[in-house]
Amino acid sequence: MICASLTVLALADPPVTWSMRKHLAHLSDEALVALVARGDEGALAELYDRVGRVAYGLAFRVLRDDRLAEDAVQEAFLGVWRTAAGFRAERAKASTWILTLVHRRAVDLVRREERRRADPLDDDTRDAATSESAEDAAWLGFERERVRSALRQLPDAQREAIEVAYYGGYSQSELAERLGVPLGTIKSRMFAGLARLRELLDDGSEEGSWTPNSTS
Amino acid sequence: MDAELHELTAGYALDALEPEEREAFERHLDECESCREELIAFWEVSGALALAADGPAPSPELRDRILADARAEKQNVVPLHSRRRLAPALGTLTAIAAAVAIGLGIYSLSLNNKLDDTRSALAAQEHAASVLADPAANTVTLAAGTGRLVVAGDGDVVLVLDDLAAAPSGKTYQAWVVEGTTPVSAGVFTSSDGTAIVPIPQAVPDGAVVAVTVEDAGGATTPTLPPVAASQPV
Repeated sequence: MICASLTVLALADPPVTWSMRKHLAHLSDEALVALVARGDEGALAELYDRVGRVAYGLAFRVLRDDRLAEDAVQEAFLGVWRTAAGFRAERAKASTWILTLVHRRAVDLVRREERRRADPLDDDTRDAATSESAEDAAWLGFERERVRSALRQLPDAQREAIEVAYYGGYSQSELAERLGVPLGTIKSRMFAGLARLRELLDDGSEEGSWTPNSTS
Repeated sequence: MDAELHELTAGYALDALEPEEREAFERHLDECESCREELIAFWEVSGALALAADGPAPSPELRDRILADARAEKQNVVPLHSRRRLAPALGTLTAIAAAVAIGLGIYSLSLNNKLDDTRSALAAQEHAASVLADPAANTVTLAAGTGRLVVAGDGDVVLVLDDLAAAPSGKTYQAWVVEGTTPVSAGVFTSSDGTAIVPIPQAVPDGAVVAVTVEDAGGATTPTLPPVAASQPV
């Protein structure tokens, strides 16, 4: 058994070939993370090909700067490379984990850079997203519409708290100041909004891909 | 449960907490199973928000830089060209990566360590995370078993084992630092979900090996051979 494991490690070392990439295409994101934990660069490349597009879109939305957005994504993927062994597939989707890293990094950068440009609700980047494959575009388009439709069903105050925080990188305290409402109100709005959003997205998801749902 | 802390789950999942609050919430997470469950569900929601962000596409060079970083790191070579602006931020990021990875799963480790003092188990996890996140860390491969030995710049060592089944009933895993032919115990540990992250409490001298054996519960004073895992010499 030990020998077999060592063989796998040895095989992960040669440069990525096309046949290896084809093989990886059949694996789940979570299986790819397990290979990344063993130092498989091909698996990292495949993960980037699946998640990188959305990751960069998110980082750009928060940072509004292509170099900073690239830094955030690059550093997050380096974090994936280094800490993949700590990831537990039964607890969360791999794509969620990666996007969590990207967002955390983007928010840290936007706060450091004091890049508090335009209103984060002003989504002026939408038209720029054109260079994706037809299937990707169809799937992403469907998911985006699903999330946006769920967001539209939230009360305005809850939606605003979530969008300004998540896409603008504002902290709850900054939001309270900006909107001139007590911090406790912002916290409650964000919690109620996210809980409601979770229900709305849960209802609309048929694949059963939703992870732990503690309704008790 | 502290209702105020519980409500911070949403702010945490949206990265909207101030640094002190973030730390306080992470400490709370270690003690609150319902917040952990809720956070994982909320992270799926923020992941959905990420999909809806809809920014422009990255340049093709970004992919090349990421893979070059990974390759260079594997060879323990710092790729100066791509780190020119990243250097100061790198330590922070990898610490975050480790913290989030811990947020997503290493809790089961602490649950298996209920007999330990919770605080010391937590301190050990934090210590392990800081070693794994050290940009100056070196990785030593294993001669037996699956995983790796990570040696931080300051000499602290963490053993990471993958594909490690739970120890048989009444048995435990025990780590050893073997210098020459002299084994010194580095403590007992359990495997959680097939993985063990084991901070080595003592120094590992140059040329020494870290090995793992199966022993009776409570641990042994001399290792029972053969080892189930062993590193290359450090």
